[in-house]
Amino acid sequence: MKKVLWQVLALMLVASMVLAACGTPAATEEAPVATEEAPAATEEAAAATEEAPAMAEVDFAYPAGGALEEALKGTYAGTTVTVDGAFEGNDPDGVKLAESVKAFEEATGITVNYIGNKEFEATISVRVDAGDAPDIVDFPQPGKAAQFVASGNIVPVSEYLSDEWLTQQYNQSWRDMVTFDGSEMGVFHRFNGKSLVWYPKKAWDAAGYPIPQTWEELIALNDQIVADGDTPWCIGIESGAATGWAATDWTEEMMLRTTSLENYDAWVAGDLAFDSPEVKKAVESWSAMWFNDAYVYGGRSSIVTTFFGDSPTPMFDAESPKCWMHKQGNFITGFFPEGTVAGEDYGFFYFPPVDPAYGKPFLVAGDSMYMFNDRPEVRALMEYFTVPQSASGWLQGGGALAAHQTATPDMYGVELEKGIAELVANATSFRFDASDLMPGEVGAGSFWEHISSYVAGSEDLDTAMQAIDASWPQ
Amino acid sequence: MNLPSNEVRRQTSSGGILNKIGHVFLAVVIPLVSFFILYLGFLFLRDSKASREIIVLVAIIWGVGGVGLLYWVFNWLVEKLPDPWKGRLLPFVFVGPAVAILSWYLAVPTLRTFYISLFDRNGPPADLNFIQQLLSGSFVGPANYIAVFTEDLMLQAFRNNLMWIVFGSTFSVIFGLLIAVLADRSSFEKLAKSLIFLPMAISFVGASIIWNFIYEYRPAGETQIGLLNSIITSMGGAPQAWPQWVAVAPWNNLFLIVIVVWLQAGFAMVLFSAALKGIPEEMLEAGRIDGANEFQIFFRIMLPSIQGTLISVWTTIVIFTLKIFDVVWVMTGGQFGTHVIATQFYRQTFTNRNSGFGSAIAIILLVAVIPVMFYNLKQFREQEAF
Amino acid sequence: MRGQKQRKQFGKFLVNLTLLFIIIIWTVPTLGIFVSSFRNRTKIDTTGWWAVLPHREWQAVSELDPKSLGLDPDGIMEIEGISGTFDEFRAGVETPDGKRLTWLGNKRLGRIEVQEQVWAVDWDFSLDNYRQVLGGQDFEFKRPDGTVEVVPGDNMINAFLNSLAVAIPSTVIPILIAAFAAYAFAWMKFPGRRTLFIMVVALLVVPLQIALVPILRDYKALNLNGTFLAIWLAHTGFGLALATYLLYNYISQLPRDILESAFIDGASHFTVFTQLVMPLSLPALASFAIFQFLWVWNDYLVALIFLGGNPEFELVTQRMAAIVGARGQDWHLLTAGAFVSMLLPLIVFFSLQRFFVRGLLAGSVKG
Repeated sequence: MKKVLWQVLALMLVASMVLAACGTPAATEEAPVATEEAPAATEEAAAATEEAPAMAEVDFAYPAGGALEEALKGTYAGTTVTVDGAFEGNDPDGVKLAESVKAFEEATGITVNYIGNKEFEATISVRVDAGDAPDIVDFPQPGKAAQFVASGNIVPVSEYLSDEWLTQQYNQSWRDMVTFDGSEMGVFHRFNGKSLVWYPKKAWDAAGYPIPQTWEELIALNDQIVADGDTPWCIGIESGAATGWAATDWTEEMMLRTTSLENYDAWVAGDLAFDSPEVKKAVESWSAMWFNDAYVYGGRSSIVTTFFGDSPTPMFDAESPKCWMHKQGNFITGFFPEGTVAGEDYGFFYFPPVDPAYGKPFLVAGDSMYMFNDRPEVRALMEYFTVPQSASGWLQGGGALAAHQTATPDMYGVELEKGIAELVANATSFRFDASDLMPGEVGAGSFWEHISSYVAGSEDLDTAMQAIDASWPQ
Repeated sequence: MNLPSNEVRRQTSSGGILNKIGHVFLAVVIPLVSFFILYLGFLFLRDSKASREIIVLVAIIWGVGGVGLLYWVFNWLVEKLPDPWKGRLLPFVFVGPAVAILSWYLAVPTLRTFYISLFDRNGPPADLNFIQQLLSGSFVGPANYIAVFTEDLMLQAFRNNLMWIVFGSTFSVIFGLLIAVLADRSSFEKLAKSLIFLPMAISFVGASIIWNFIYEYRPAGETQIGLLNSIITSMGGAPQAWPQWVAVAPWNNLFLIVIVVWLQAGFAMVLFSAALKGIPEEMLEAGRIDGANEFQIFFRIMLPSIQGTLISVWTTIVIFTLKIFDVVWVMTGGQFGTHVIATQFYRQTFTNRNSGFGSAIAIILLVAVIPVMFYNLKQFREQEAF
Repeated sequence: MRGQKQRKQFGKFLVNLTLLFIIIIWTVPTLGIFVSSFRNRTKIDTTGWWAVLPHREWQAVSELDPKSLGLDPDGIMEIEGISGTFDEFRAGVETPDGKRLTWLGNKRLGRIEVQEQVWAVDWDFSLDNYRQVLGGQDFEFKRPDGTVEVVPGDNMINAFLNSLAVAIPSTVIPILIAAFAAYAFAWMKFPGRRTLFIMVVALLVVPLQIALVPILRDYKALNLNGTFLAIWLAHTGFGLALATYLLYNYISQLPRDILESAFIDGASHFTVFTQLVMPLSLPALASFAIFQFLWVWNDYLVALIFLGGNPEFELVTQRMAAIVGARGQDWHLLTAGAFVSMLLPLIVFFSLQRFFVRGLLAGSVKG
């Protein structure tokens, strides 16, 4: 046995020598690179004294004198910027992001490393607390970013972007939505339109139903469909831990249509309680429809238990539509059966306004970018996110619209998103999804939970609203 | 048995001063060399840009061989010491690395968690020293613990965890044992054990998909695509969304518990199977010859023989059940009255970023395990160790 | 004698039957997923997987147009001699000659189908789900100028190799460390033995999320972050408690006499451990190896924290999370994904099965 052990020891020694041999080339490799960089630096210095270095040709605008302009000269080539988000690098959104930043990477030589994942909530929390924060974070809800603003991890926008550039790129509403306690902390990137009702176009046209332009027409259409023997609406709000978010969307839509924008903003800020007449009226206006078993496919009891992605499927039933309308954001097209074509098999119309006094408001939700680590190359990428070309992956792959007001219709490759963008442009006002703006405990917690209980019938309206108010962090 | 190294040493120690110096030299050099090798390996694994396959290979060699080498070296060192020291130090050579790693990875973070649980949602202010932190406004003392025992959702979580332990752990152990015993005597043991083990290999995400297929709900009158609802409707009943069936709360938790029993019985089965194989066949034969039937053999011979395993499997499963998270989170997210301690912990720590409250929940979990620990300690063999 | 043999055979038959029954119930859920993994999304959404078994269903034979028949849906209608209301026809009315009249659609826009019941079996299978899981999904980008660019997906081989690279050392390293400690707890006397043992059992319940922040901080300080080594050590740390506990249980149950005789022969603890205890503990080592491999293979969060950041280091679990799509729209791909990702742990289980052998102790009791 002793002999074996000595042999093992000898083997270890040999292995260590091999490892040491392998180990050093890494060190020796560094040296030549270092010596190479020195002549390059002197070349650049020489070049600088002669003429301005060549800048990459790009088709996107950039703020003058900013880090992006510098990056386009190749100053930061070879550096890496990490971006975190709530989707995986390999899923549709991840591929679209990679496509969107390709132009940036090619022009500046900076590598964009996307590290997002489906456990975003937990990983971003751990990373920031451990001092390993990613450079830029794509938050799907500004309310989530608020927690990190409060702990001081995010760099305010004013430190690296000028006010005039931002005014040029964004409608004021977008800037308001990323302003926390008076400081603008992030930039909006892309968004989803939510005030859309989807319908099975072929069958709809064959049946001769009209597209409702007002709320009265919508109710009349409901009754007509019922008289014809069907249920008008497909509704499902189940979503695992996030069950109930679709109901919060309906609440926000009705808030925008039945009360003023000031009230809406006060509600988001926590100044207008859930247990107030305005909010309760908004909830009751949609629950009147939802709780009517004749109006909803499967009846009220199926709403809380039907997965939101499965709920529009009965519209495309092979025999004939089992329901005729489904209100949802434009990402829902990914859940429609394979082979269905926009404009032929399905279409959308604007969710009708209720009170003409409040115009035609549009509800949106989207992703905004925030900078955690301040470095020149990170600033360059943030500046890139303020131009619509940085959302090209979605404009050409579908699924989202650019939040920038400098986005033109010809940037869109997908007809569907182009049509929605026009709807948004024609809206009299638009507001962001309230639950996404509220603090995480409420907007991604108690609001979802209690509204689900209300729909399921285990809580009445007053109890649910009071419970949500009670959970608002002090 | 080979001659131990002691004998050889006794024969050569009479060599004189030079020999002694040589021994001391060796005693210093060999550990140094082995440390150096291990350190080189560490650096290589950390910094090398070599291909992944090479790194893995080196890791395996370094992990097994290196660790083995460390132990051997330290053992050799300690063996050289005079007897009383040897007896005192040797166990720590054996136990040391495990305790060190556990401390770094689990024990110290637990102490830190306890410390954080005494502060409010923002945790102890980072820029102050220890005393200042205790005096700062963030320190709330037992407030978080009071909240743990008074908040509605936490009480619901406690109730649910109790259900999980009573139904989930018990049935996991029972099924695991039953299947291990049956498989041992059957003609298709390997197949049976593989099929029962299969759910464990599927991972929690896959298991949730599978059981979603079983519990899937479609409105009445629609074709049901969930197995359970299909059976119920064909017998004339109304379809339900089973885990979400608030009307029968808290019993809708049972539908989630079933999933975990389905998963964990395989775990219990594997361990029981290993233990059962350790029972010498002669003992069982002797019982049969004495005229005992199979049930008596099971209860009088097999169970007592595997008592230690029974306790450890039960302990492990109870502890796992207290930590259940993934299944509940993916199926219902804790809604519909299905919250458990771990989902509340996740909610508070990551969603709400309330570090104080989340930490308090983790510490309560630790405290909840104390009865189990005591029970294990009773079984801790006090018989003469060597 | 004959009676005893018959009783034994009957006993064995009973055992086999009970076991078979349990196994069938246990496997039905998995069978459902397996069958579904060969069906496309629309089919999975609309019919149960048992449609692949022979069953009777109503199929259309001919169609009637209610308008041409002059039927008024709001009243009682008579079709082919059967009368009924709209709702009754909607649910389907059976005719005396075994057919069924069903109204499809609503009152405004509908047709009547004459159906008859036939035996049917839905065998429309495809490997599409597997192809998408293994080969990656293609994405289409429509450029503003009208051209369409397709970005092909990449295969899973890299993810597989990465997962293996993480799982194997994470299984192998803790086994040794735990075995030494378990032996010490079982058969060595030292002060603090009980206390340290309590610590090990207590640490079984600690949720590993509390360790993530301090460990990540330490790793950053050691410049370990994002390397394979980081995650191997992390999995070792998180798995040691269970390993030590399980191995302790097994090792402490070894017959005392064997060890006693070895010590009498003058063996040191080390030799007893390496030459006697380790070989005898193979079943326990194999059990733990299976569980640890499984747990590491299916782990998502720990890998994300310590290894995440480099797209080259993508693991199978990450791949599975990605194929469902950004909002879970492609969950049907998980049916195939579950089986693909389950393959390797099963292989490990099978290959370690041979260590579950009776009789390891048989000979040694005597000697």
